[in-house]
Amino acid sequence: MTPRVTFAVAARVLAQLRRDHRTVAMLIVLPAVLVSLMWWMFKDSPNTFDRVGGPLLAVFPAIIMFVVTSVATLRERSTGTLSRLFTMPMAKLDFLLGYALAFALIAVVQAIVVVSIALYALDLDIQGASWQLGVVAVLDGVLGTALGLFASAFAATEFQAVQMMPAVMIPQILLCGLLLPRDQLPTVLHAVSDVLPLSYAVDAVVGVAQGNGFGSGAGVDALVVTAFILAALALGAATLKRRTA
Amino acid sequence: MMKNAVSCRAVVVVRGEREVLHGVGFDLRAGTVTGLLGPSGCGKTTLIRAIVGLQANVTGDVSVLGLPAGAPKLRGRIGYVTQEPSVYGDLSVTENLRFFAAVLGVPTDDVDRVIDAVDLASHADARVDRLSGGQRSRASLAAALLGNPELLVLDEPTVGLDPVLRRDLWDLFHRLADAGATLLVSSHVMDEASRCDRLLLMRDGDLLADDTPQALLDSVGADDIEQAFLTLIDRKAGAR
Repeated sequence: MTPRVTFAVAARVLAQLRRDHRTVAMLIVLPAVLVSLMWWMFKDSPNTFDRVGGPLLAVFPAIIMFVVTSVATLRERSTGTLSRLFTMPMAKLDFLLGYALAFALIAVVQAIVVVSIALYALDLDIQGASWQLGVVAVLDGVLGTALGLFASAFAATEFQAVQMMPAVMIPQILLCGLLLPRDQLPTVLHAVSDVLPLSYAVDAVVGVAQGNGFGSGAGVDALVVTAFILAALALGAATLKRRTA
Repeated sequence: MMKNAVSCRAVVVVRGEREVLHGVGFDLRAGTVTGLLGPSGCGKTTLIRAIVGLQANVTGDVSVLGLPAGAPKLRGRIGYVTQEPSVYGDLSVTENLRFFAAVLGVPTDDVDRVIDAVDLASHADARVDRLSGGQRSRASLAAALLGNPELLVLDEPTVGLDPVLRRDLWDLFHRLADAGATLLVSSHVMDEASRCDRLLLMRDGDLLADDTPQALLDSVGADDIEQAFLTLIDRKAGAR
């Protein structure tokens, strides 16, 4: 791995995003719009919004980043740029980390927007520190990015990559505690939810919202999310093949 | 000094159920321009991908610049142009080349040199997806020239270019070879054969000929490469 190459990839991805206003708008505005929609739905029962609002700050950024990044490496494969890069001194991890860094920067902006709107415009009531909520939201966006890159390395075509979203993300959304607290799940499903990254993403947000800051439970959950991010990138790099049939 | 930039021995490639190359062997001498000619689907691209180390399921021996093909130490020493222009459409020519220069670790002023080499200076700041097909493939070629690689493997780099530009590019290929680089240039246009130092004629995953253009014409008594190609096919069919 070479930092020069990693940063070159990240800078290039950002330069491409700068030209693509619609994607940037979707990445930054859409989570905030969706959270606002939920607030509107539960306008007459603010307690419900306080309960689901937090988890949504984890779920929406993760889903949206996943969808965008899952086609990213496929696009490079079909245009031949990935083949060219593989004949250059670029490690597979340089490539994936470059993408992850670029989208992490987007995730920071995304988190600032969605958390600010949730806390100050929609009056989401949390006990913990708002900056911790922001940090967790960034981590969740990066988690979506890393999972998307991992899925992308698996899919052979863009057509297959898009199908990864319902296959990989929807089960996690169902089991992450958003619809039903995880400890009320049947035993087997609870065990399954224990190994799914989005469960920890939601636990971290809920922890911060309930006032268990990074010093207590939420910190551990945030670390688990970070571990999932690194594992997804490492596995993605291992799955990406220089030599293809 | 190394004599052969590329050495292939009994190279077999299987893609899926099908054997695409059936034991191909040849050498590319350093400092020469070799044309890899044959109809579409004969295995040119597969052979090229085996040489640059991107093809899976290769058996036999492919040695490149004294190392096994695909060795990490070869990365950056081979300039590779894929058939489709492998550049980013949403970036300008200069932005594309700066990026590839950064990945290669070559100085940024090399970017201007390669833009001039492919005659794209007037479009240096244009987005690649706004360029014509020929300009796009020249941008892709420019990226392969970055850092003066010792081996250039070009998969149909002159497709769709006008004759003047094609002549200019072949002149460029020979200048690069004179400077010591080795070039393998694939084409399905037989009239490009006369511009090569040596020719590899391929058909259905086999090498039909490996010779200089003149020696090839003399050996079959043909006037042009297309005819020589047909004669070789007939002979092979007759020998069966």
